[in-house]
Amino acid sequence: MVATEQYVGSPVLRKEDAKLLTGQGNFVDNQSMAGMVWMALVRPPHVHATIQSIDTAAAASMPGVVGVYTAADLETAFPAALPMVWPITEDIKIPTHWPLTKDKIRFAGDAVAVVVAETREQAEDAAEMVTVSASDLPAVTDLEEAATDEVVIHEDLGTNVVVHWSHGGGGDQSVFDSAPVIVQERFTQPRLIPNAIEPRGCLAYGSPAAGEFTLVSATQIPHICRVGLSIATGVPQSKLRIIAPDVGGGFGSKLNVYAEEALALALTRSIGRPVKWIETRPENYVATIHGRGVLHDCTLAGTEDGEIQGMKFVELADMGAYFQLLTPGIPELGGWVYMGPYDTKAYWYEFKGIITNATPTDAYRGAGRPEATFVIERLVDAYARRIGMDPADVRRKNFLPPSAEAFASVMGLSIDSANYEPTFDRALELAEYDQMRKEQQARRDRGDTKQLGIGLSSYIEMCGLAPSEILGALRYVAGGWDAAEIECRPDGKVVVRTGTSPHGQGHETSWSQIVADGLGVTPDDVEVLHGDTSVSRLGMDTYGSRSASVGAEAVARALEKVRAKARTIAAHELEVAEDDLEWTDGAFRVSGAPDKARTIPELAASAWHAHALPADMEPMLEGTAVWDPPNFTWPGGTHICVVEVDTETGKTDIMRYVAVDDCGNVINPMIVEGQVQGGVAQGVAEALYEEALYDESGNLMSSSMTQYLVPTAVEIPSITQDRTVTPSTTNSLGVKGIGEAGTIASPPAVVNAVIDAVSHLGVSHIDKPASPERVWRAIRDAQGGAA
Amino acid sequence: MHRRGKGDPSVTNVSVTVNGQSREADVEPRTLLVYFLRETLGLTGTNVGCDTSTCGSCTVLVDGESVKSCTMLAAQADGRDVTTIEAMAHGDTMHPIQDAFHRNHGLQCGYCTPGMVMAAASYLQENPTPTEEDVREALEGNLCRCTGYQNIVKSILDAAGSMSGAPETTRA
Repeated sequence: MVATEQYVGSPVLRKEDAKLLTGQGNFVDNQSMAGMVWMALVRPPHVHATIQSIDTAAAASMPGVVGVYTAADLETAFPAALPMVWPITEDIKIPTHWPLTKDKIRFAGDAVAVVVAETREQAEDAAEMVTVSASDLPAVTDLEEAATDEVVIHEDLGTNVVVHWSHGGGGDQSVFDSAPVIVQERFTQPRLIPNAIEPRGCLAYGSPAAGEFTLVSATQIPHICRVGLSIATGVPQSKLRIIAPDVGGGFGSKLNVYAEEALALALTRSIGRPVKWIETRPENYVATIHGRGVLHDCTLAGTEDGEIQGMKFVELADMGAYFQLLTPGIPELGGWVYMGPYDTKAYWYEFKGIITNATPTDAYRGAGRPEATFVIERLVDAYARRIGMDPADVRRKNFLPPSAEAFASVMGLSIDSANYEPTFDRALELAEYDQMRKEQQARRDRGDTKQLGIGLSSYIEMCGLAPSEILGALRYVAGGWDAAEIECRPDGKVVVRTGTSPHGQGHETSWSQIVADGLGVTPDDVEVLHGDTSVSRLGMDTYGSRSASVGAEAVARALEKVRAKARTIAAHELEVAEDDLEWTDGAFRVSGAPDKARTIPELAASAWHAHALPADMEPMLEGTAVWDPPNFTWPGGTHICVVEVDTETGKTDIMRYVAVDDCGNVINPMIVEGQVQGGVAQGVAEALYEEALYDESGNLMSSSMTQYLVPTAVEIPSITQDRTVTPSTTNSLGVKGIGEAGTIASPPAVVNAVIDAVSHLGVSHIDKPASPERVWRAIRDAQGGAA
Repeated sequence: MHRRGKGDPSVTNVSVTVNGQSREADVEPRTLLVYFLRETLGLTGTNVGCDTSTCGSCTVLVDGESVKSCTMLAAQADGRDVTTIEAMAHGDTMHPIQDAFHRNHGLQCGYCTPGMVMAAASYLQENPTPTEEDVREALEGNLCRCTGYQNIVKSILDAAGSMSGAPETTRA
């Protein structure tokens, strides 16, 4: 049908919902095949140990067991170790990371063997019968302790300090010596466990005779997995198909190439039967990547009247026991936003990556930018307290000036567009900032048990990964482009193949809105296919808030090619010049004679039967675009959190949370709002509840969802949202990323609020998560209370 | 990290009414209800998220009340009446709770969603006119990592309104 409605910018309800709501989701664990066997990993109860022997005999004789394999058995299965694709410096030391460890166990999830059996129960039962004789070594999970190299985890590297990356600085560094006010703070940020509700899992099958294999995996990155798993297993990319079916959340934890995926492929190749593996939740806690785990020494140089002159950050980052796909690059991703939205004159950032006896870290929602934003915004509050200014006034005084065009920044990259003050003002207004300050003062004056705190967080982020040329300069081995194909079928329906791989973000709906507007059809006429390397041939997948600004832009560019071809056919059929055609009411119409018209469905039929196309024109109305963005996108905004802290128990309640974001133009405001709500929830969790804790022997103590405190609907508040619109100059849609903004902005808003609530009691510092115990102790210590 | 207890060569016969149909099978005694539904009966709409009865993704109704089906053995469901997400819609007509989730963007990745819908169905039977706080407390056993719960709560309040005959407007 011909549609004249404008869909882009409207809250179109999601086409993804029906199957997911009715139990028809096609998650990997819902798939099985004839002849399928199950895989279970053997992860011995050691943290750091030298392996003496592995006895698989008892396991091999268990019922249903097809085979038990150690690294030695799979020596020839893996021509290369698991890939790490971001060697950020020339002299980086890269730990070798095999799917199964050979000589040593280096963290609590390090697998030494894999069991294959007829059923999942048989595989898991047999895995428990594998006995590993290993002598324990001292384990080190503390960053600073690991950095001393008293215990070296990879002896061949000779050190745990495997990488040192420095931004190199921007602006006049002398301000760090000469400024009238120097504020120095140290902030630690604990490890976090991503906790996608669907665990990881995969199903590998294929034909060993033909050398062709398929891996269905709960992954965010089928296209990158194809490349990475080809390297690890030696299956050529031309014979390796990766399918990401419905995927139950990722948050970066499925942005990886994992040992289990490589093992399943290698085992289906040697056994000749489909091999399935589904991660248990306890496994997920140790064997799926963690996030954060950093320590920053921070310096702010400024004037007495609130002008920020310089910001300097020196970071230690916990890499874990090995590198996963992007591990050393994650801190660097934050390394370009340490000025926040502020017009600082001098910029410095550097970090050292430290190997520890813990689960590898990698991208967790925000990946480097939440870490940066947290310390910037804590530091700005510390500065405001030092000079006795309202933290809102300090922020307002220092915002970068507005610009509709891209402009150079002190950190060296160009920011696509900016206008921070209107966003800030709107947040203050929605939070009723002045009124809250009065209420806070009244409670302080009365000495109430429950004190009010107001926390601000103004942020900027760098997303929309990424311009390939810049990635190359940063030593990332791949590009950052994405692709789309649009195919107009003769029945008027449209097939779109996108290179992005959504797992909750609603690309099927949003991309179809763009295409519907461009082709004069409805979103229901548009089918968006994704997540299968044999269907969407070209792509770079979904992470880093890139899908709209890179993937949807590719759709928009493919759309222009389709429209251009359609216009040529229309002019030919209507016997007019192309310039005489106008696009009105969902059709190409002859200027001055609007009844002489062709719709896209009509032109698609013409192009399909190809009976009378213009000379030299190829049949089919279709278009492909591969798009490489010229820049990142740089969203920004201000979040404000108002909390009530019980000064007797240390308990924090969020009274109000305001998020005002600027992600440029929006395709679907309902989906954008949902992304911010979910992102803020993860940030609130980070600020108040979540922390991966290790004991002195390196065992993960917060090893289940109940101990780790994933928040429920009781803990997470409803938030008040608004947006301002400063279109991006990076893409024609004018969109900026929004998937990570909430997680980037919210932790400092919440922690600043908690500290603000008790700052009049002398408290100036509380670590994340600001648990009741931590808050209570901070108050007691500030008051000089007895232990 | 055994998810289903120790192996046992014996089998036990269970007979359960599932979504209105009488279903019977021989299963290992350690078989959890959720795996009986998913693997024996092929009803894969009920998801498994944690194996430790924390996340609530596997919530179903047993005799009308919400139960995390990873906390119950299939044998314990013998003779009882089980309803899963597959039975909530009638043809193309979604249950008012499913419809409310759709209209209020109450799901993103959709993995926790069947459990959320079943938990909500059970709760709205108990309390057809809940407040926002009531709904939040009722959902305490169901984790979602995508939505921040805001639109899930909104969806359930909306469903409560439409199920009690009030106009279908969002009330959150």
